[in-house]
Amino acid sequence: MSNSGNIAPAITDINQLKDHPALAKLLGWKTDAVTAAKFDRDELTVTIDRAFIRDACNILKPEFNFMSDITAVDWLPAEPRFQVTYHLLSHKLKERVRLRVMLAGDAPVIESIITIWPAANFFEREIHDLMGIRFIGHPNLSRIMMPEDWEGHPLRKDYPVEGYR
Amino acid sequence: MATISNTASAEMTEAGTMVLNMGPQHPSTHGVLRLLLEIDGERVVRMVPDIGFLHTGIEKTCEAKFYQQVVPMTDRIDYLCPMTNNLCYVLAVEKLLQLEIPERAQFIRVMLNELTRIASHLVWLGTHALDMGAMSVFLYCFREREDILRIFENVSGQRMMTSYFRIGGLALDPPLDFFDKVRKFAAIFPERIDEYENLLTSNHIWVVRTKGVAKLTTEECISLGVTGPPLRASGVDWDLRRDMPYSGYEKFKFKVPVSTEGDVYARYMLRIAELRESIGMVKQALEGLPSGPIKTEDAPKVVLPDREKMKTQMEALIYHFKIVTEGFPVPAGEVYQAVESPRGEMGYYVVSDGTAKPYRVHMRSPSFANLQALEKMCVGKLLADVVAAIGSIDIVLGEIDR
Repeated sequence: MSNSGNIAPAITDINQLKDHPALAKLLGWKTDAVTAAKFDRDELTVTIDRAFIRDACNILKPEFNFMSDITAVDWLPAEPRFQVTYHLLSHKLKERVRLRVMLAGDAPVIESIITIWPAANFFEREIHDLMGIRFIGHPNLSRIMMPEDWEGHPLRKDYPVEGYR
Repeated sequence: MATISNTASAEMTEAGTMVLNMGPQHPSTHGVLRLLLEIDGERVVRMVPDIGFLHTGIEKTCEAKFYQQVVPMTDRIDYLCPMTNNLCYVLAVEKLLQLEIPERAQFIRVMLNELTRIASHLVWLGTHALDMGAMSVFLYCFREREDILRIFENVSGQRMMTSYFRIGGLALDPPLDFFDKVRKFAAIFPERIDEYENLLTSNHIWVVRTKGVAKLTTEECISLGVTGPPLRASGVDWDLRRDMPYSGYEKFKFKVPVSTEGDVYARYMLRIAELRESIGMVKQALEGLPSGPIKTEDAPKVVLPDREKMKTQMEALIYHFKIVTEGFPVPAGEVYQAVESPRGEMGYYVVSDGTAKPYRVHMRSPSFANLQALEKMCVGKLLADVVAAIGSIDIVLGEIDR
């Protein structure tokens, strides 16, 4: 009955999606960097290998000039556990692209993109604070929301919603 | 939050500068913003914004609620534009569910969103002028804001925490006198804008305090993630309502004001122009309002049934019971939905794992990104202009800290 059954299946075949400007650019640069791509509900998600995220942002910057948002998702107990999500926007093409990078649960570390977009500063600090992901190359990776002496990272799934730990 | 060692002291540093603490309880920081300022005489050498005093963990709380229970949380993120946040969240979930919303609901959503924009800009104008010493503007602005809050109370039963939008449409059809009230407000408001402008636009003190102050270039705005009026005041012709329309904005005619000056005065003029465009859109929504249902009818598992149907149809009663007690499952996936809030790009990133509770909700709040530009605006400038700069980016700490 519910029309939630009408959702078109996601396209996950890179060959079908390679005409999208963001993916075309990335594939033209380095096919190894793109590990997966998905087109779901009119939004393109490109999974980037952890080692290439900074370069991938650099490659996309001429077209996708605006960094809207960075955030993270905790997929506990799955492994790789953490997903860092970047939302880039192109003012020229009026399009968005979502980059995602999967990180291992034991020591989640990723390169900072603060030199490409200084806007990443607060966003990366927030993820560091609430998810406990380290950004290499960030000049001031300190807590931003929680007090400096706080223990734990509240947005992780093993952190309780209420009560004492 | 900054470390204790960063706190201010009256002692001079080795470089002959002084560290000054501003906030978090400071009337012109518009909430609990704390700034650590290193000053050399009257000049700002360094500025460190310290946030987190209002952090309530809304993103975490959302993960423990059903999808429909998150709507009232979204009001509390930005208490000056509750409807914008309601809209952004419901649009994101509707995108996950791929729901079609009836045109009448879309028109009412746009109308209320533009009224919200006016109310939010009025608070900004009043408090911004108050910061700069123009007391009377505040009283005029709050007079009209009160009218809008009464309209909100009329339609939703609440003045500020409206929670009026639902996944799939609206909570209720607006009461009969609602449209008359909006029409009456739309008729008087344009001349009220002239009143504000009479007080400020060519007021010598206002012009001297704002022109050429806290400038931002186009490149600085883009690289620092600035959106909304500060971005447009620096020469970027970008408005999500026009460029990536949502909720039927493509059916409305409006101009996007742009300025190239990039200073506090340009941001003021731009918001005044936006007030005029918004009231124009409210009028268009009133004139073109289609009749029909206010919530989608082909998703009974998501949208609460009408009260009457519940009393006569067994199925409707079952669906009602199911939605309230168990919520509704949302197919797995992730979406990012952005709307043009009065402050800039408000974005909701919702991840679903196929259950009735969101796996992750992240709010990309415009003030959070815009605040990063404050340092650029103030360093090297006079201490007195810091207050003008804070006012001109129109931050709301509720959405910065969430």
